[in-house]
Amino acid sequence: MLEIKNLHVKLEAEDKAILKGVDLVIEPGKVHAIMGPNGSGKSTLSYVLSGRDGYEVTEGEATLDGVDILEMEPEERAAAGLFLAFQYPVEIPGVGNMTFLRTAVNAQRKARGQDEMSAADFLKVIREKAKTLQIDADMLKRPVNVGFSGGEKKRNEILQMAMLEPKMCILDETDSGLDVDAMKLVSDGVNALRDAGRSFLVITHYQRLLDHIKPDVVHIMADGRIIKTGGPDLALEVEKNGYADLLAEAGAA
Amino acid sequence: MAKAELKQDATEARIATLDMPKGGKWIAAARADALARLRAMGLPARRDEYWRYTRPDTLTQADAPAAALFDGKERPVFDSVDRLRIVFVDGVFDAASSDDLTMSGVEIERLESASGADIHWAKDLYGVLEARGQKPVDRPLAVLNSAFATDGVLIRVTGKAAKPVSLIYTHASESSDAILHHVVKLEKGAELTLLENGPAAARFNKVLEVEVADGARFHHIRAQGRDHERRAATHVFARLGTESQFKSFTLTVNGVLTRNEAVIELTGDDAVAHIAGAAMGDGAFHHDDTVFITHDAVNCESRQVFKKVLRNGAVGVFQGKILVKEGAQKTDGYQISQSLLLDGDSQFLAKPELEIYADDVACSHGSTSGAIDMDALYYLRSRGVPRKEATDLLVLSFLAEAVDEIEDEGLREEIVSRLTGWLDRRGG
Repeated sequence: MLEIKNLHVKLEAEDKAILKGVDLVIEPGKVHAIMGPNGSGKSTLSYVLSGRDGYEVTEGEATLDGVDILEMEPEERAAAGLFLAFQYPVEIPGVGNMTFLRTAVNAQRKARGQDEMSAADFLKVIREKAKTLQIDADMLKRPVNVGFSGGEKKRNEILQMAMLEPKMCILDETDSGLDVDAMKLVSDGVNALRDAGRSFLVITHYQRLLDHIKPDVVHIMADGRIIKTGGPDLALEVEKNGYADLLAEAGAA
Repeated sequence: MAKAELKQDATEARIATLDMPKGGKWIAAARADALARLRAMGLPARRDEYWRYTRPDTLTQADAPAAALFDGKERPVFDSVDRLRIVFVDGVFDAASSDDLTMSGVEIERLESASGADIHWAKDLYGVLEARGQKPVDRPLAVLNSAFATDGVLIRVTGKAAKPVSLIYTHASESSDAILHHVVKLEKGAELTLLENGPAAARFNKVLEVEVADGARFHHIRAQGRDHERRAATHVFARLGTESQFKSFTLTVNGVLTRNEAVIELTGDDAVAHIAGAAMGDGAFHHDDTVFITHDAVNCESRQVFKKVLRNGAVGVFQGKILVKEGAQKTDGYQISQSLLLDGDSQFLAKPELEIYADDVACSHGSTSGAIDMDALYYLRSRGVPRKEATDLLVLSFLAEAVDEIEDEGLREEIVSRLTGWLDRRGG
């Protein structure tokens, strides 16, 4: 599904290297988690993969189903099946949530050469999906993320993911700013989307999200590299002992 | 003084090109009064403080600069709205294209026919609200209008108007110079929606005087035509009674020069005045909103919301003032003017002002100028929305606060369809 080879990235503005050789392969249907201390490059990885401006790839490659995505525009990557759930979803005053989603869904369909979804079909599907995420009609009508609580914003991200049906989902600190109940709701939303043809990359600081979204593989990232890869137990180890031991081990190696 | 003399000469030169229309006693007196005021005041000149950001010369010079007719294929705005149509072609009433001027709850007369009378209800308003609006700032183009307007409509509303009155200004001659003056009087508890649209003329000078009596409601939605070379100087003078409402929205799309002045006086307690504008300019476009709102009663609300989208060297101007007089307690005044600059060549000049002589008021004002929000653009694109479409969505998002001032959903959609039309015609 997603294959990243020796990815080096620097911040254009500061000429500062952030990713220093990331290697990662995510198979279809798998959930991978990336954990790591602040500043290790986790969010940068998600931005680079989704095509945010301001980053320069100096070396390496990233492919989705064998197709190089790094040269694509962000909207092309989305149409190719990549989705990023933002850590800080952006507020867009004056654009209704529903209008936004319908524009996005139909833009992607158009890019893939499919017919646009009719207003009636769209309404039917979105109502159903919103219901399971406890998103009411009012939230669908309101401007995108404007006046939403932290939990509402994250639920709205998951709703977008559910509507766009991507094959590769990246969740960037989706647990930040969530209370226990909201985390459960969001996790249930994600778990409902788990599918043999869909993969996830879950970026988080804390193991607790991984209690709800059970990963197949856990990676530890530090200083722009993946320094250790293991099973779900690795997350528990981090939760118990922190990153210090792992960093020391990697430094020594 | 040389400067004063120059101004006087320029004013006399312009007056010499105009013929004062004939009329009965009341209007002849109003015109003579306006002419005397115009001579005393002089036409605006480049050095006048109130014209600091907008050059008045093409608006005051003897002949109107030519303006090519825009060959638009799209359906005219408000076309699907059930309304009473009153058509002016280059500022001349066109009976054949207009509807019958009768409607229940509303009396409509042409200025030309009403001015023959020796006495008329409009006597207390024509040139009167305009004259009240000359303090503390001179508005000479409105005075010129009161003196020389050749036509217009006088509308007296006694009940709830059955449908909107729609003034349609067609532009047919490349060198037309039109001066129209309308008076609207809403009696107690009356309600009217007034629509205006069209480029009007190569050069258009228009005054609208509106008296909103106690408990009356006036809605005004205007779409200024998009002939690229047209010029317009418009004024609205409004006086609001107790618990009355005045809501005005203007869309301006293209036009080489537009100056829209609004002078609103809240004279009765609990009155509400909202004035909003959305302007979209590409290239040779200069758009000036100049607003003066006076609070002279208790517990009134005023709201000014002006948004401009500018690209390829377009210029936007906002001069907005809220004056809260002594005793106008519990005033709620809000003013926002913002521009979205789609490139580095465009310019927005803003002069927001508050002047407050009461101690228990809430007034706020803000003015910003900015580019497209790159985070929002990335967010939309990351969901699969292509750059052009995402940018357009953000433009509409930026304008929404102004457009949302239009209460009627159908009319709001008419305006939004103009905005999307403009965006569609614009390149990526």
